[in-house]
Amino acid sequence: MKFQRIFAIIERDMRKFFRSPALMMSSMIFPLMQLIVLGYAFGGKIKGIKIAVVDEDRSAASRDVRQRFDAIVAGPQTMKIEDYNSLSDAETDLRTGFVRAVVYIPVDFSRRMEEGNRPRIAFIEDNTDNFVTSELLTRMQSLVQDINQGLNPFQPGQRLAVAAPRLNPLVDLQIVEVYPYIEYIKYLLSGSIAMSIFIVAMIGGGITFIDDKSRGLHEGYLVTPIKKSELILGLIFSGAFKGLMAGTTITLIGGLIAGISRLWDPVRLVYLGMVLTTTSVAMLSFMFLLMVRVSDPLVPRAIFGVLNTLLYFPSGAIYPIEGFPVWLRWISYIDPFTYAVHGLKALLLKDAGFQAIYSDVLILIGFSVVLVGLSVAFFRRQI
Amino acid sequence: MNTENNNAIEVIKLKKQFGDFVAVNEVSFSVHTGEIFGLLGPNGAGKTTLIRMMTTLTPPTSGKAVVGGHDVVSDADGVRHAIGVIPQALTSDPELTARENMAIHAKLYGLTSAERQRLIPSLLESVGLTEFADKLVGSFSGGMRPRLEIARGLVHSPKILFLDEPTTGLDPVSRTAVWEMINKLKESAGLTILLTTHYMDEADRLCDRIAIVDHGLLAALDTPTRLKDSVPGTDIVKAEFDNPPANWNAALEKLDGVSTVTAQDGVTHIASNSGPLTVGALMDLAREHHVGVRRVSVQGTTLDDVFLYYTGRQLREAASETLRRDLSHLYK
Ligand SMILES: Nc1ncnc2c1ncn2[C@@H]1O[C@H](COP(=O)(O)OP(=O)(O)OP(=O)(O)O)[C@@H](O)[C@H]1O
Ligand SMILES: [Mg+2]
Repeated sequence: MKFQRIFAIIERDMRKFFRSPALMMSSMIFPLMQLIVLGYAFGGKIKGIKIAVVDEDRSAASRDVRQRFDAIVAGPQTMKIEDYNSLSDAETDLRTGFVRAVVYIPVDFSRRMEEGNRPRIAFIEDNTDNFVTSELLTRMQSLVQDINQGLNPFQPGQRLAVAAPRLNPLVDLQIVEVYPYIEYIKYLLSGSIAMSIFIVAMIGGGITFIDDKSRGLHEGYLVTPIKKSELILGLIFSGAFKGLMAGTTITLIGGLIAGISRLWDPVRLVYLGMVLTTTSVAMLSFMFLLMVRVSDPLVPRAIFGVLNTLLYFPSGAIYPIEGFPVWLRWISYIDPFTYAVHGLKALLLKDAGFQAIYSDVLILIGFSVVLVGLSVAFFRRQI
Repeated sequence: MNTENNNAIEVIKLKKQFGDFVAVNEVSFSVHTGEIFGLLGPNGAGKTTLIRMMTTLTPPTSGKAVVGGHDVVSDADGVRHAIGVIPQALTSDPELTARENMAIHAKLYGLTSAERQRLIPSLLESVGLTEFADKLVGSFSGGMRPRLEIARGLVHSPKILFLDEPTTGLDPVSRTAVWEMINKLKESAGLTILLTTHYMDEADRLCDRIAIVDHGLLAALDTPTRLKDSVPGTDIVKAEFDNPPANWNAALEKLDGVSTVTAQDGVTHIASNSGPLTVGALMDLAREHHVGVRRVSVQGTTLDDVFLYYTGRQLREAASETLRRDLSHLYK
C-alpha cells in the first residue's frame, strides 16, 4: 500500500470539494433547518384545547368541579372551557371537531357524592391525536385526584375538617414555559449533527462517487497501478474529512442556537472531535459499502430518503430507543447513527467525560474496519 | 520475458463474452515496437472491449494478451506501469485544472515531486496547453480535452500508449492537431501507439498497420497500402465531355479494363480495374471522335473499399447500424 496514492485520491477530492462549496452548504442547511423547525414544532406545550363541559347536575358539588377546572385552565392554558347545555350538542361538536373532549357531569353526580356511591364524571375524548389525548388525560387525572383529595374517604359526603393542601401540579409546567423550546432543541441537536455527516456521506460519498463513475472518470485511475484498498481508503478518508467539517460546523452553530452551555470547553471539544471523526469514517464506510457495486446515478438519489429514515429515526435522535419495538431496536443496534447520537448526547446534554463515549467510539471504529474490509472485498477493480 | 522478439503487444486468441454475446471473438495479432497500430471498425465492433482487455480494465473470457512483456491477467500491475491509456470517455476531471489533473495522475504512478515538476510543464507544452495549465478542464474546448488526456497518459513515460477514438467528435482542425501530436509522439523514440478509430482517413494517414475489426472478428490486418492493393481493381475514372455522340457510353464500355459506365449529372463514372490505362484509351477515343474532354480524374482504392471488400458492408452503413452512440454499457 502506497500512501502517496491514497493522498492523491484525497487531494483530488478535496480540491474538487473546495471548488464547489455548494456541497458544504447543502449538507448543513438541511440539518440546521430540521433542528430549528423540529425543535420549535415539538418543543412547545400544547395550548388552548377546547373542552366542552356539560353540567346536568347543576348542584354545589358540580359547580365545585367546574371551578377546579377553571383553576387548571387559568394556569398553563392547556384547555379552553366551553359550557354546553346538552350532551348531544357537545357530542355533535366533538365529532365535527369544534371541541376535543367533553366533560359530562351527569344528573346524579351530587346525589351519588352524598351517598358515597362512586360519583362519576364522564370524559369523552377525540382520541385521533395522541399528543392532545395524552396531554388532556394528564390534566384530567390530576383534576380527579384533586377532587378526591378534598373528600373524606371514611365519611362519605363529609368534607375533611382541614382539607389536604392542594397540590398544584402546574407549577413545574410554568417553569418550563420560561424556556419553551430550548430543551427539545438540545435533545435534537445530536441527531442533527449526525444528520449533517450523513448528508455529506450521501452527497460526497454516494452521489458524487457514482456520478464520477458514470461519467467515466474512474476509468482514468483504474488504468493506473492504484490498488483497490488505496482507492477505497482515499475516497473514504476524503469523504470523512468533509463529514468532520460539516459535523463540527453544525455542532458549533447548532450548539449556539440550542444554547448548549460552555460550548467552547476545550476538553469537551476534543471528545466531540473524537466522536465526530469516528462517526464520519463509519458513515462514509457504510455509504461506500452500499455503493460499491452501484453504477446507476439514480440509485443513490432514489435511496436517499429511505436511508435517511432507516438511519436517523431508529438512532434515538428524536425519540428514546427504549420506546422501540424489538425489530426497530435491532435496526438501531446496527445503525452507526445510534452510537454517534449516544456519544454526542452524553457530551452535549450531560457533559459526560470519556467514560461515557469510549464504547461508542470503539464501536464506530469497529464498524469502520468491518465495512472497509467488506468494501475492499466487493469492489471491482475491473470494469 | 519478451525480449527475444520486438513486439510491444502480443494478442493470442483473445475473447470476451458478455452473457451469450461475443464482443471479441478469438482475435490474434501483434503490435511491433515503435509502430502506430490502428484498430479500425464501426461502432460496436469490439474495439473498446479489446483495448480494455489489453489495458487490464476488463478480464478476458479466454485467450492471452502480453503487453510490454507483461501478461494482462497474471501481471496486471506490470502492464499498468508500462502503458498510458486514453480511454474513449474523457476521464480528466472537469472540476480540476489541467496541471492538477496531471499532478494527481503522476502521483498515482508514484512520481516524485522533482519528476513532476520537470515532466508536467514540458508535457503541457508539447500538447500546446501551457497557457491553459491553470484553467479548469471543464472550461476546455472539445479539441483541448483529448490533448490534455494524451499529456496525462504520458506523464509516467510509458512505453506503450493506447488511444481509444482520440478524434471522435472533433472538428477538422482539432483532428489534424491531434494527428500531428500522435505523429510527433511516434518520433520520440520507442513509443508504441495503438489507437482505435472509425475514420478511414485517420487510419490511412496515421497508422503503420491497420487491423479491421467487425463484429468482434479480425477481418484483415496489414499496412494501409497493401490493404488497398489487396482489393481487386476498383478504380473509378470520372470524366466530363463536350457534346459526346449518341452511342458514346457504349463506345466507352468497350475500352480495355472497363466494367461499367454510368452518367450522373453530366459526369461519367467509368469503373475500371486500371485507371491509368483506361484514361489513355479514353483520350485516344475522344480525339478520334472529336469529343472535347473537359475534365478527367482517377480515384484509387480507398480504405472504404477495403472495408467493403473485407466485411461486405460499407463502413458508413455499418456505422449507421449503431448510429446512436450509447456508451452506457461501458460502465456496467
Ligand atoms: N459490459 C458490457 N456488457 C454487455 N455488452 C457489452 C459490454 N461492453 C460492451 N458490450 C457490447 O460489446 C460490443 C462491442 O462494444 P465495444 O464498446 O467494444 O465497441 P466499439 O468498437 O468500441 O464501439 P464504439 O465505436 O461505439 O466505441 C457492443 O455490441 C457492446 O454493446
Ligand atoms: Mg469504443
